[in-house]
Amino acid sequence: MSAPIISLESLTNTTSSGQLLTTAKSGGCASSSCGSSSRPTDMDSATWEKIKDHPCFSEAAHHYFARMHVAVAPACNIQCNYCNRKYDCANESRPGVVSEKLTPDQALRKVIAVANEVPQLSVLGIAGPGDACYDWKKTRATFGRVAREIPDIKLCISTNGLALPEHVDELAELNISHVTITINMVDPAVGEKIYPWIFYGHRRYTGMEAAKILHERQMLGLEMLSKRGILTKINSVMIPGVNDQHLIEVNKWVKERGAFLHNVMPLISDPAHGTWFGQTGQRGPNALELKALQDRLEGGAKLMRHCRQCRADAVGLLGTDRGQEFTLDQIPFEPGYNSGKRHAYREVVARIRDDHLAAKNQAITTLASVSVRGSLHVAVATKGGGRINEHFGHAKEFQVYEASQTGIKFVGHRKVEPYCRGGWGEEATLGGIIAALEGIDIVLCAKIGDCPQKQLMEAGIRATEAFGYDYIETAISALYAAEYGLDLSKATA
Amino acid sequence: MAFKIVASQCTQCGACEFECPSDAIEFKGEKYVIDPNKCTECEGVFELQQCASVCPVPKTCVPA
Repeated sequence: MSAPIISLESLTNTTSSGQLLTTAKSGGCASSSCGSSSRPTDMDSATWEKIKDHPCFSEAAHHYFARMHVAVAPACNIQCNYCNRKYDCANESRPGVVSEKLTPDQALRKVIAVANEVPQLSVLGIAGPGDACYDWKKTRATFGRVAREIPDIKLCISTNGLALPEHVDELAELNISHVTITINMVDPAVGEKIYPWIFYGHRRYTGMEAAKILHERQMLGLEMLSKRGILTKINSVMIPGVNDQHLIEVNKWVKERGAFLHNVMPLISDPAHGTWFGQTGQRGPNALELKALQDRLEGGAKLMRHCRQCRADAVGLLGTDRGQEFTLDQIPFEPGYNSGKRHAYREVVARIRDDHLAAKNQAITTLASVSVRGSLHVAVATKGGGRINEHFGHAKEFQVYEASQTGIKFVGHRKVEPYCRGGWGEEATLGGIIAALEGIDIVLCAKIGDCPQKQLMEAGIRATEAFGYDYIETAISALYAAEYGLDLSKATA
Repeated sequence: MAFKIVASQCTQCGACEFECPSDAIEFKGEKYVIDPNKCTECEGVFELQQCASVCPVPKTCVPA
């Protein structure tokens, strides 16, 4: 499978938008004539149009497009046992954490600065700390201002749902196309263990009464969004012994009410974060427990498996946070928006995606033609673009795929400490990476040294740079075919 | 008859500011402050003080 020679990296590294456009246009056809047809077969084209550039709503999009969050709405109307409102740390990367809260005007400044510099940017979200629907005036002011300056940016919010119903009409008017609701229970008896209190109708409620109100508002909000055709993602925090089994029931309820995606995330409960769960020793699930639950949910509401539980002020592709490059002290006071880079990038991605789809289809054909049944777990080091293009030692995470005769499925990611810091590998880090890669058969990367390769081998994990810069699916299908004894000349004929 | 905000505890989320029925809470300098002349402790309007009911940090919005 040959690919267009323009690399995405050359586009994202170019600083002048004029130069970028020239690069983009030198590749042959214009995107309008080629179209962007890389739509999954199980989706109608209207839905695909809504999600094809949204990294969180589409696994396919997350290889190409980036999101940014602005923390403008810090007030919240509920307390969750996994959240500590006093915690604030630049080195932590998880939901709710933010290094600077912004006013709507500061947020506009930041969005423009990022849009000028990060051509992959397609989505602006308000995702905490606080609740975007409760602190509504600031959410509305921010979206209104940004939409005037950058009309093609997708707007989305994350909410606990309590104040959602009263703002659905305005969400629709503001063209907010994607909403995430955190729903951890449909049974107030479970909710009582997760939410110590809510503030609703000018008073604080606790216990079962609080959980019951929250549940009713969440269901109503979800139904109202579905009726208006706004895509919804449901985030659920998996808390072992509290709601892990119950999430099967949650999945059914949200599917019945039109949820587009269900994202089951592991509880983060480090005691150092000072959350109630952290302080009381409530543990989070490990990667295999999470995957086991996700596998049980297959067949219900469609599952999201590529969530990175990013910071509330994250910027960039999922998995590579560039937020620290865009703090207020580093951005121009009055940046003028220049659409050049983003437009040029989109033109190229439209073309590359068609090529990527052809490669994927070829890979599926290869898998289907293998006669011996088997499965293969592959971990990939990637910087985006759907290719194996990251060095083993630089990877902060590995994307995990499961190949079988029926296809190649993305099953999640494993975060690691990068092995190479300052140019040399560290033994202790490698031990951690090997532990994180439990259950993986093969690691694919652009480059790997002899030493880590040998140690991985001793732990029963093969690692190769033989498929460096290939599409992920192309490499996996070739490996699968080699593993299960297929004559490759037949598959590619 | 007024409430006050313990600045060292406050997360500056601002929920108290927009829940206050008396317009008594303001972001001044680097912190939220309650104007004791305007604060009515929500008497006659709500059963409990709105600022204290919505505040996410215990013992941060307290009687002055």
